[in-house]
Amino acid sequence: MTAASATMTDIAPPSEGAEKYEEKAFGFWIYLMSDGVIFALLFATYVVMLGNTAGGPTGKELFSLERAAGETALLLLSSTTFGFAAVALAAADRSRVLLWLVVTVALGAGFIFLEFGEFSGMIAQGAGPDRSGFLSGFFTLVGTHGLHVSIGILWILVMIGQVLIKGLTRPVASRLARLGLFWHFLDIIWVVIFSVVYLPGVL
Amino acid sequence: MRQALAYRSQIILALGLALLCSGCGALTSPDLDPKGPITLAERQLLFDGLTIMMIVIVPVFIMAALFCWRYRGTNRNARYTPNLAYYWPIEILVWGVPAAIIIWLGFHLVPGTHRLDPYNPIDTGVAPLEVQAVAQDWKWLFIYPEQNIAVVNELVFPAGTPLAIKITSDTVMNSFVIPALGGQIYAMAGMQTRLHLLANEPAEMWGRNVQYSGTGFADQQFRAIATTKDDFDAWVAKVKSAADTLDAGAYETLAKPSQKVPVTYYSDVEPDLFDRIIAKWRHGDITDPAPAIPAAATAE
Amino acid sequence: MDFFGRLTIDSLPFYSLIAASGAGVTVLGALSVMAVITYFGAWRLVVFGWVTSLDHKKIGIMYIMVALVMLMRGFIDAAMMRSQQAIAFNSDGYLPPGHFDQIFSSHGTIMIFFMAMPFLSGLINLIMPQQLGSRDVAFPFMNSISLWFTTAGAGLVLISLVIGKFSTAGWTGYPPYSGSEYTPGVGVDYWLWAVLISGIGSTMTGINFLVTIIKCRAPGMTLLRLPLFTWTVLVTSVLMIFAFPALTVACVMLALDRTAGFHFFTNAMGGNMMNYINLFWLWGHPEVYILILPAFGVFSEVVAVFSQKRLFGYISLVLATCAIGLLSFTVWLHHFFTMGSSANVNSFFGIMTTIIAVPTGVKVFDWLLTMYRGRIIFKPPMLYTIGFLVTFCIGGLSGVLLAMPPVDYLMHNTTFLIAHFHNMIIPGVLFGYLAGYMFWFPKAFGFKLNEKWGAWSFWCWIIGFYLAFMPLYVLGLLGMPRRMEHYEIAAWQPHLIVAAIGAFIILLGIVCLIVQLVVSIRDRQQALDLTGDPWNGRSLEWLTSSPPAPYNFALVPQVQSIDAFWDMKQRGVAYERPDRYVDITLPKNTFLSAVIGGAGFVFGFAMVWWIWWLALLCLATIFVAIVIRASQNDTDMVIPAAEVKAIEDARFAQLAKAPKNEMADDPGFAGQPLPEGAA
Repeated sequence: MTAASATMTDIAPPSEGAEKYEEKAFGFWIYLMSDGVIFALLFATYVVMLGNTAGGPTGKELFSLERAAGETALLLLSSTTFGFAAVALAAADRSRVLLWLVVTVALGAGFIFLEFGEFSGMIAQGAGPDRSGFLSGFFTLVGTHGLHVSIGILWILVMIGQVLIKGLTRPVASRLARLGLFWHFLDIIWVVIFSVVYLPGVL
Repeated sequence: MRQALAYRSQIILALGLALLCSGCGALTSPDLDPKGPITLAERQLLFDGLTIMMIVIVPVFIMAALFCWRYRGTNRNARYTPNLAYYWPIEILVWGVPAAIIIWLGFHLVPGTHRLDPYNPIDTGVAPLEVQAVAQDWKWLFIYPEQNIAVVNELVFPAGTPLAIKITSDTVMNSFVIPALGGQIYAMAGMQTRLHLLANEPAEMWGRNVQYSGTGFADQQFRAIATTKDDFDAWVAKVKSAADTLDAGAYETLAKPSQKVPVTYYSDVEPDLFDRIIAKWRHGDITDPAPAIPAAATAE
Repeated sequence: MDFFGRLTIDSLPFYSLIAASGAGVTVLGALSVMAVITYFGAWRLVVFGWVTSLDHKKIGIMYIMVALVMLMRGFIDAAMMRSQQAIAFNSDGYLPPGHFDQIFSSHGTIMIFFMAMPFLSGLINLIMPQQLGSRDVAFPFMNSISLWFTTAGAGLVLISLVIGKFSTAGWTGYPPYSGSEYTPGVGVDYWLWAVLISGIGSTMTGINFLVTIIKCRAPGMTLLRLPLFTWTVLVTSVLMIFAFPALTVACVMLALDRTAGFHFFTNAMGGNMMNYINLFWLWGHPEVYILILPAFGVFSEVVAVFSQKRLFGYISLVLATCAIGLLSFTVWLHHFFTMGSSANVNSFFGIMTTIIAVPTGVKVFDWLLTMYRGRIIFKPPMLYTIGFLVTFCIGGLSGVLLAMPPVDYLMHNTTFLIAHFHNMIIPGVLFGYLAGYMFWFPKAFGFKLNEKWGAWSFWCWIIGFYLAFMPLYVLGLLGMPRRMEHYEIAAWQPHLIVAAIGAFIILLGIVCLIVQLVVSIRDRQQALDLTGDPWNGRSLEWLTSSPPAPYNFALVPQVQSIDAFWDMKQRGVAYERPDRYVDITLPKNTFLSAVIGGAGFVFGFAMVWWIWWLALLCLATIFVAIVIRASQNDTDMVIPAAEVKAIEDARFAQLAKAPKNEMADDPGFAGQPLPEGAA
């Protein structure tokens, strides 16, 4: 570090160099924490409203542990495949990155497909979010997670495009890293959903 | 310098004005002239807190005025210590004294909150009078289950007899209060809250909703009248001779939004009306939604 | 599908004179602004120089402009309420309930979300990076989106006057009254989307400020050398990040209830209104500390500079700030002591609420002790600070009283409560930001504000405040509830008349602020800030020129002490000329953030009026804009070293012509910073 004067240095400030990417990752962690608060409050609301079925169907009557297991398998597997993509990224292997990103999208889309089926089935049998407070809580908690996953899928598609067009540049890698944080975070939230919503709801 | 002086005199002026203004109306204030022990106790807590906080407030006023005057920039006589940034005895004082005050306050806050819990029945040896209050748009319905009568916008009760009020709402959230007798509690649909009040002597007071509930909110006031025992019996007899009865149909009509509703008497009430109103919102579930009543405690 | 959703010709405000007047003023206001810009031929400057700028200083100034405009809009609401209540004894007054109820709702919503939040975001944006020795915030693009989302929210509130109505459910929007069963129509939806969209902006701002302070400090600027203003920003950011999600959840749930028939807060079908109240105040209480902490930071800066003395008790102040931040999450239930919780629950939250008074008291004493044995200069920011110190204590006192549940049982929902929180917000928040505005104005624009008009604005504000709000304490003790459109108790009217007079004097205070600005612009050549350090300041923002170069610091400063700039002046190295410069990278201007903000505004409008295709289109636009931004390769521009040198040479030339110390002429001036131990 050289001094241009007694008080000034001529080093570049953090925002101009490689530290810029570290800041972005840090900022993204902070965003995830605020998202975590949102989910925590949705969980709290769900739990508080468990009994507010207003004479309508309960979780026991509605939830299918098989379907939930299938959704869990798809999502957890998609986290693993994203991890493979991250390993390929570290090895600078562009085609592998693309492969595993595509597999992740497919698995994520499978999750959304199953969840969509679950929601539309419930709505068709009169157990939609407008049936009771309990169901409003359920649809909002699980639906918010599903919305996040859908946005994540869109984001992966965008990243597939970026990898194809730009290659594995530093900015692209930084975005993939943040996307990974996001995707794994959603995985963790799903594990909590499975444990708080589906398991107790059925057992 | 002139600014500091002007500043101090302005403070005195403003405070004086405020005090002057408070001269009118003080005697009719429900809080400054309470009619029951609950408001008296609640008000006493306010004054106690006000007094103890003067330990902090008065020094702030004095220091502000004194420092502005003495350490004004043009006053070269005052000591100037531009680097005096820390002095640990002051720190101890500045953290310690407010902390001590807060601890002292805590010894008033916790017992006071327990003593003045709205759910605490008032034990005077006299059997309490039970009243069920229903908030509607934009009036109050009072059901007397023991006497099997109901009244709109007038709550009459004998002085010296504790009032045990169960409160609910048949509309949006309201807040029931008779300030001369005690504090408020929310009225919520599908739920039941409780309030216990006592009037020391006969008096004409007012009560109202204080949680904004729509167009007719400003007029959602009722007369709260503490009477002698005989006057109360006479009043009950008067209500019992009213032509109207509060059956299901009459209730439905009453519950429709209306403003500035005159006092109305019903000589007979649909059985379990209060519980049915609550149950309606809880989707057909008629079980007592109220929590267990704590052991009787006295309000000083 | 309806192309226009539920928007019809009846949504226009021709059903009442008052509504039509309000709409007329709003439309006229917007047209006047556009006319003025056209008259000065400034569209190019406005669009390409400001709207598209990612410069934190310009974003900060734009935030403050939004705040000042909305201050006037919110004040009109206040004036209307005061005049209505002054005359509405046994009478309907001039405002029918439907209007009065919209007005009290928009007054609170505007003042909290669209006056105070933008004001603090603006001051922080303008100054905090400079205090850190940094060139910008960590995420300039996101910073701009935050600005435009806030403006979008303000726009939704303003347009509700012209198309449709605003909410009558208060600034807190309690269900079930705010649900679709009791208040159908667009009013509550306008409120919801204005709050939600600006709330997203605030969450992003919190993240931005936190990362900036943690990651973008100049070398040597350890956390315990941060100026107090930046410390308060740090804690405020944490509050923003963790509190706003609660508001988002509460409002989204209410929106789902209203729009999609959900049952979160409905009376029947398993809803529970108490959940909304918990969620709302989980945000609501930290929010008031978000509002006040930066103001406390301003006072810390001002009191040290204008007592010409080091801030007293720095560590205590930092600890107190952190304690306030932490405790602010533990007190939310005191907003609904009367909802029927048990005595144990109420006692716990009462105790926690009284505890939070302790660090606040510590701060007040530390500020007073900064004045002790200083040399006080009574410039307008200092006047506002002294006014705050005395007046805020009364509000703190009433807060401690309300913290006792039995007292709250009597005083809740009365004008005593109104008096209490205005007693915190006006002397606390508003005086703080007005002081900051006058303190940092020269830094932003290069010339000082007229001090005479500044002083008069202070006197009008403080006298007006006492007259407007002390009677409300008394009225609360007389039993008067809040939100009363008319009343029948004669004893209340004299106090309400005094309060209306107070509001009028506050109006004079606002006029003084406007005159101050106009006069200052007119006389700016006589009040130039030539050194960048008009007040003999202590922190790094005073090292830059006024206004600063786009990059703030040509070279990153090396910090060696607390009060970094004062320390440099003492060592005689503050204005040392560097022997070389480097290329500087800054973000380029871009339309994308304004496009995202505009799409946010239209999205909110579409959601209010159920124009679903338009809402989807806006979401798609936002998505596309983000993808475009993420795909752009060159989002930065480089200022070559030669150009930096030219700018800096001009600055040093101006410094050579400037007086050694701009405060030297002040009769109270204590002398410039001398090295330790010098005579």
